[in-house]
Amino acid sequence: MAAVTSELTKTPERREQRPGGLRARSARRARLLRSLLLIPFGLFFAVPLLALLEFSTRAGDLYGARTLDYWKAIGDNPDLLKALRDSLLLALITSVVALALLVPTMVWVRLRLPKMQRLVEFLCLLPLTIPALVLVVGLGPIYLWIAYFTPSAYDSSPLVLAFAYVVLVMPFMYRSLDAGLQAIDVRTLSEAARSLGASWFTVMVRVILPNVISAVLNASLLSVALVLGEFTVASLLNYNNLQVAINLQAQASVGVSVALAAACLMFVFVLLFALSFIGRRRPARVGAPAAEEK
Amino acid sequence: MTSVSVDADPAGRSPRAGRRVPLSWIGVVPFLAYVGLFLLLPTALVVIQAFGTPEGQPTLANVRALGESYVLTAFWRSIQLSFATAAIGAVLGAVLAYIVVQGPADGIVRRTVTAAAGVLAQFGGVTLAMAFMVSVGNQGVVTLLLRDVGVNASGGWLYELSGLMVVYLYFQVPLMVLVFLPALDGVKPQWREATESLGGSGWAYWRHVAFPLLTPPFLGAFLLLFANAFAAYATAAALISQGGIIIPLQIRAAMTSETVLGQENVAKALALGMVVVVAVAMALYSWMQRRSSKWLQ
Repeated sequence: MAAVTSELTKTPERREQRPGGLRARSARRARLLRSLLLIPFGLFFAVPLLALLEFSTRAGDLYGARTLDYWKAIGDNPDLLKALRDSLLLALITSVVALALLVPTMVWVRLRLPKMQRLVEFLCLLPLTIPALVLVVGLGPIYLWIAYFTPSAYDSSPLVLAFAYVVLVMPFMYRSLDAGLQAIDVRTLSEAARSLGASWFTVMVRVILPNVISAVLNASLLSVALVLGEFTVASLLNYNNLQVAINLQAQASVGVSVALAAACLMFVFVLLFALSFIGRRRPARVGAPAAEEK
Repeated sequence: MTSVSVDADPAGRSPRAGRRVPLSWIGVVPFLAYVGLFLLLPTALVVIQAFGTPEGQPTLANVRALGESYVLTAFWRSIQLSFATAAIGAVLGAVLAYIVVQGPADGIVRRTVTAAAGVLAQFGGVTLAMAFMVSVGNQGVVTLLLRDVGVNASGGWLYELSGLMVVYLYFQVPLMVLVFLPALDGVKPQWREATESLGGSGWAYWRHVAFPLLTPPFLGAFLLLFANAFAAYATAAALISQGGIIIPLQIRAAMTSETVLGQENVAKALALGMVVVVAVAMALYSWMQRRSSKWLQ
């Protein structure tokens, strides 16, 4: 992969350096054409986002005065704030539970049960094939039981959605963690730690985890983004999370819910952009010996 | 299997090995239990209850409801929507990916487009529906701007099938870019040079080398996009709050209708129909992917 990309980058440079105007001119024309073609794409993707911002900062409609009232009104709405808090909590719980479930299992399977690796991978990626909508139809009866066993103090608390959300984030988590674990030598690291007297808990938390920390961060950020945007499961199981609240609020005041939608969208964008930088700098010192081994 | 051979070992030779066998199984039990309870059980419930009455008696009535004309119409609309957005999305996404690949691999265009595609392919649901309502809806920014220049645009189309198509393209095109970029990266410049050195024109290169090689990953990506659109619920649900013009919205209607007794298992039959379509598309996708990975690595 790396070799291919470096070839792709080198070849055009060599061509441009070649003297003689014909090739250079056609290359310049091609570049101009490419930039022109990018414009409609850019417009299609930018307009709805800009409209979101524009709409949330105008009083009334397009011709009203510029105002931040809608944004301020988010803070005065207890329903929205509660939904926002619940969704953030859900994101945290989901990430922690999914990590606690997947990291030990994936390490364990690598070390002790290599035959199970295909099964674990299959199960982790299965939610990609089973739509969330289908899952929620089947989860209905199970959530009746969950509601039955929930202490009455937490009745209809949306935090129980975390059970379903862990399943939804599993494929993304698995891929990220798998890439992270592939880059290190899990066996040597854990055997070294075990032979020095470390417990399995110490191996996980103090040896494996620090070595795959960028993969763990990557996986958690993706889960947070997914949970904050989740609507299907929550709305069909009649729980109130952020997206359900935004959708409800839209019937009362479009401006406020557009402002909140824009706000959480920006938050998710920042998260995911941060993620693209985490993926960029892989710890080379850990990756190098593993690559040599292959 | 292993436990048998360990038991057969003379006692005391490897006491550690004897302990390890049951222990290594315990390691995956929490994971399997969780997946069993929250992924496999709900899926099994959908399949089983699709063929049962709410009281648990076996019946074919729910599945027979799939043959009703309003359900068939919704299925047909869902297939139209998924096919159209997958086809248009695949073509536009491939064009965008091709533009990006032509530029330098570490250039600003490529980095921006891949980062944006990664974000937008995940983008959907209420926020996306809202973004389109405030841009091309009845009071949307674009609608009002168009009205200013004298074009009388109404936003009603947004809440119909045609509106869903435009909205779905917003995540289909970025998904195509993400899926198709690696395939385009796999096309080696040496192949073009080889064609040229054998006297082939640019057309010959496309006709005999690039196009045949890129066809399987393109079709695979198309299938992935199809499944993606077919399974999407949140965007349509937020945009269209009543009725069931497509299958996901039919499922919502069947799930929430408490007036008609016994309807909740119709939702399961509909979900079963949906999962069959999606699973077929995804299986074909992974088959295509395995085929194309032979050349494009």
